Amino acid sequence: MTDALDRLDLLELDADLEEENRLLRDTVRKFADDRLRPNIRDWFEAGELPARELAEEFGALGVLGMHLEGYGCSGASSTQYGIVCAEIEAVDSGLRSLVSVQGSLAMYAIRAFGSEEQRQRWLPPMAAGRALGCFGLTEPDAGSDPGSMRTYARRDGEDWILHGSKMWITNGSVADVAVVWARTDDGVQGFLVERGTAGFTTTDVHHKLSLRASVTSQLSFDDVRLPSDAVLPSAEGLRAALSCLTEARFGIVWGVTGAARDALAATLDYAGTRTQFGRPIAGFQLTQRKLAELAVSLGQSQLVARRLGQLKDSGRIRPHQVSFGKFANVKAALEICREARSILGGSGITTEYPVLRHAVNLETVFTYEGTHEVHTLVLGAQLTGLDAYR
Amino acid sequence: MNIVVLVKQVPDTEGDRKLDPSDRTIDRTSVDPVINYIDEFAIEEALRLKEEHGGDVTILTVGPEQATVSIRKALSMGADKAVHVCDEALHGACAIQTATVIAKALGTVEWDVAIAGSEATDSRMSVVPALVSEVLGAPQLSQARKVSVDGSTVTIERVTETGFDRVQAPTPVVISVVEKINEPRYPSFKGIMAAKNKPIEVLDTAALGLDAGTLGLVNASTAVVSFEVAPPRAAGQVVKDEGDGGVKIADYLASKKLV
Ligand SMILES: Cc1cc2nc3c(=O)[nH]c(=O)nc-3n(C[C@H](O)[C@H](O)[C@H](O)COP(=O)(O)OP(=O)(O)OC[C@H]3O[C@@H](n4cnc5c(N)ncnc54)[C@H](O)[C@@H]3O)c2cc1C
Repeated sequence: MTDALDRLDLLELDADLEEENRLLRDTVRKFADDRLRPNIRDWFEAGELPARELAEEFGALGVLGMHLEGYGCSGASSTQYGIVCAEIEAVDSGLRSLVSVQGSLAMYAIRAFGSEEQRQRWLPPMAAGRALGCFGLTEPDAGSDPGSMRTYARRDGEDWILHGSKMWITNGSVADVAVVWARTDDGVQGFLVERGTAGFTTTDVHHKLSLRASVTSQLSFDDVRLPSDAVLPSAEGLRAALSCLTEARFGIVWGVTGAARDALAATLDYAGTRTQFGRPIAGFQLTQRKLAELAVSLGQSQLVARRLGQLKDSGRIRPHQVSFGKFANVKAALEICREARSILGGSGITTEYPVLRHAVNLETVFTYEGTHEVHTLVLGAQLTGLDAYR
Repeated sequence: MNIVVLVKQVPDTEGDRKLDPSDRTIDRTSVDPVINYIDEFAIEEALRLKEEHGGDVTILTVGPEQATVSIRKALSMGADKAVHVCDEALHGACAIQTATVIAKALGTVEWDVAIAGSEATDSRMSVVPALVSEVLGAPQLSQARKVSVDGSTVTIERVTETGFDRVQAPTPVVISVVEKINEPRYPSFKGIMAAKNKPIEVLDTAALGLDAGTLGLVNASTAVVSFEVAPPRAAGQVVKDEGDGGVKIADYLASKKLV
């Protein structure tokens, strides 16, 4: 497999890794090989994830909220965060989702919009993986159009009363704290709702064909009474929620290159050893054409990820550039995994090989954090100055 | 209690390791360099002792410039600082020279316990810890699978063929550990970020008061006279069990004079 990874690195991107980034990459890769890979098939097939134990292991390593400063976070660069996302998603998109939601959605929201007390209380245990967070924006009737959300928080004296529901929430039922977005009389605001608060219940989504190694839940708020300090004081309007998503999408841009790389490496190995008509199937021109196209597409997405890393680390990145990355890389990864599956023939439809598992996971990634279509329209609006969807 | 860990950088055992035909020393460029496997257990043990008893952990490496990568990894696991003895004159040094250099370098650090792995995966001689204690005249506690410290007394469990011996010595003491001793930690991200700001003191042999003219390949006490690349493994012989499998195996072993 190492050999396949070397051969796939046609642009020698690996050689350019700085010493510190290489050490980081090697550390996560080893952790993933020791602790995640041996179990991922079981988790995926069972549709169950030991999210709490995993969070503690990720926390000990320093993965959770790694790109945030202070409060027990590692203070890594965005590029380093991206490198780590790619290694984790090379095992499974569900595991990367756990990390993204914790670090880029829940922790980022508290870091960026929380009060000092909220940060002190939640960020250190969340960085250590002792506390889990989730991020509730999507609702049963408000997906691509979150502005149409119905969840509503009204004031009752000093308190707030929260009512409504959230759908498709990653880490929902295992979270100690939910970052929940709701309409108020002063526009959309963010609230921290603790697990166990009266009137707050969760139900897991079962029967998933994708992202099975991830907890997905519905959150229900039945007139949940929240104290005045449950609100995120600096989160003004839907813009605040959307800025968290831009943060998490950046991790996806890198992460999916890991899934695609893993699928392609497994396929390259398989093609070299599977013999038909008296020779390895890798020796057929049709197979080579597929491999060439997929490897080139992988290299291109890795370049896009690096470029966005540079832009983000220099503080210049703009939301439509993150849309560029999500648009380009998720589509590329999905196509790589689907096409690679065909090279594995019948073996490719089992979980013995990671390829189709990655492909079905990427169907979720194609849809969440802004659907592919929505990012298309963001790019369209950027190019033309005409908004086609709002 | 201050601890020094002796860490060697070696070619990755997973790579296709080679000797350099020109002078029959290790070819360090053909394979990725890594921390010697058992040395990671030595580092872990030092960090655990530090967590229990306080003090500093210093990494001591004798090796070429590229050994900094391994030193940084050891620092990112949690060691505090490092001494790197780096000198072209040491190219091709034998075990005795290496031990002499290590003993001198230990003289530049304050320490109570020096911990090494019991063997390096490249030369596989398993003599350096013993040689270092000999040069220093310090006691040696070898092949430890457990280390405990009480004041200035160190007790270990030394692995033997049948079990273990409990062995004790006063500090300063040189310990070598086996891989049964613990499970090395992953470097944490914070550790990785912090490592770049930790001091690495680079010394050459002159700084240690050694005469470069007495060191290196030409002065080595051992020499690689010749070497051959191992022939590719021949295809195995398949014995089909037709009710007489046991007899066939016994015959085979007898033909090799093994029974
Ligand atoms: C496994 C999983 C985990 C998730 N985790 C979270 C989470 O942690 N937190 C959270 O808040 N949400 C989460 N989501 C929700 C996710 O973000 C939404 O599914 C996504 O925003 C799409 O919303 P929808 O499913 O309601 O689809 P819809 O918005 O109904 O879209 C259906 C289709 O219509 C298209 N469409 C919609 N509007 C337009 C338009 N104007 N022009 C063109 N096409 C359009 C879409 O692109 C899509 O193809 C998760 C989803 C999944 C599947």
